[in-house]
Amino acid sequence: MMKRDEALALLARHVTDEAVVATYQAAFDWMRLAPRDLNYVSIGAMGIASSHALGLALGRPDRRVVVLDGDGSLLMNLGSLATIAGAAPRNLAHLVCVNGCYEANGSHPLPARDALDFAAIARGAGIRDAGTIATLAEFEHEIPAILRGDGPVFRALLVEPGAPSTQDYAFIHGAETRRRFKAAWSALP
Amino acid sequence: MSTSPMRGDRIIAALKQAGVGFVVALPDVTTSDALLWPISRDPDFKLVRVCKEDEGVAICAGLAFSGRRAVLLMQQTGLLDSINAIRAVAVEYEQPVVMLVGLQGKEPGIEPAASAKFAVGIVPPILDAICLPHLWLEDTGDEDSIGPAIEVAYAQSKPVCLLIGRPPVAP
Repeated sequence: MMKRDEALALLARHVTDEAVVATYQAAFDWMRLAPRDLNYVSIGAMGIASSHALGLALGRPDRRVVVLDGDGSLLMNLGSLATIAGAAPRNLAHLVCVNGCYEANGSHPLPARDALDFAAIARGAGIRDAGTIATLAEFEHEIPAILRGDGPVFRALLVEPGAPSTQDYAFIHGAETRRRFKAAWSALP
Repeated sequence: MSTSPMRGDRIIAALKQAGVGFVVALPDVTTSDALLWPISRDPDFKLVRVCKEDEGVAICAGLAFSGRRAVLLMQQTGLLDSINAIRAVAVEYEQPVVMLVGLQGKEPGIEPAASAKFAVGIVPPILDAICLPHLWLEDTGDEDSIGPAIEVAYAQSKPVCLLIGRPPVAP
């Protein structure tokens, strides 16, 4: 089990010009750890972060896209795994922070939380490069391949809350946030 | 006076003329033969088959951020199922999500809001309630409205919903 913010801090050391699509608690931690215009946090509706990311990735196959998803969010959109497998974007890495609960909405448990195996679900949907990461050392070792290997890549990150992050929903939903992302993403050669 | 339905090949030509390169779709019996099957065989389009329509809303938004034009092809049942994503991503975030929506079960010649089919008649007032512009396309010649609607959506970064009232004629 990793502290989520410690895991994301490791990722932040390796991220350069990738688009990072992040949702809920992962987004709040990520914005604290790696504030940058190439963060895409205006997801709008729970569950569809990976779908936003798929659109970005298909539209710019020359650029890398990383999704920081949540397990409750992914449960709302499990079909997206089959959609991603079908579209097969080589430039998409899907990281799911597995904490077993709806942390942003009272920390209620997920259904079947003790039985869920998201890597197995991803493999079953057709994503061959899927696995589970439980330690910081393992994650640090895998990050370069996750960011630069042939996608689609899927990793379930077993996490628990770390230091608290401000839940800045105004920033997430703000038009200026999207304008800055679009300008930065469009400016990449 | 009876009218002829739209032609699928003219709709497809209008999409190409408007620069649409991606079609994000779930099958809909209203548009299957005239649009989705031909599009699936057309090398000018990248077809993204999705499992649920709200995925498509976000995929179209992501494509727009990447500078690509897309349409989301679905049935009105999928539209109804995706209202929250459409409300947030397309309407509140002001993203150019262009939806082609087959009105399964609508009676030819009857405007959608006047349909006796509950699942059809509720569509226009729901779209009005979430401030989503919509057009009713049904007869030959209505294909001409598609290109301008797409141009306006991308020029203004606003969504639009094109309601297809009866099956177009397959190419």
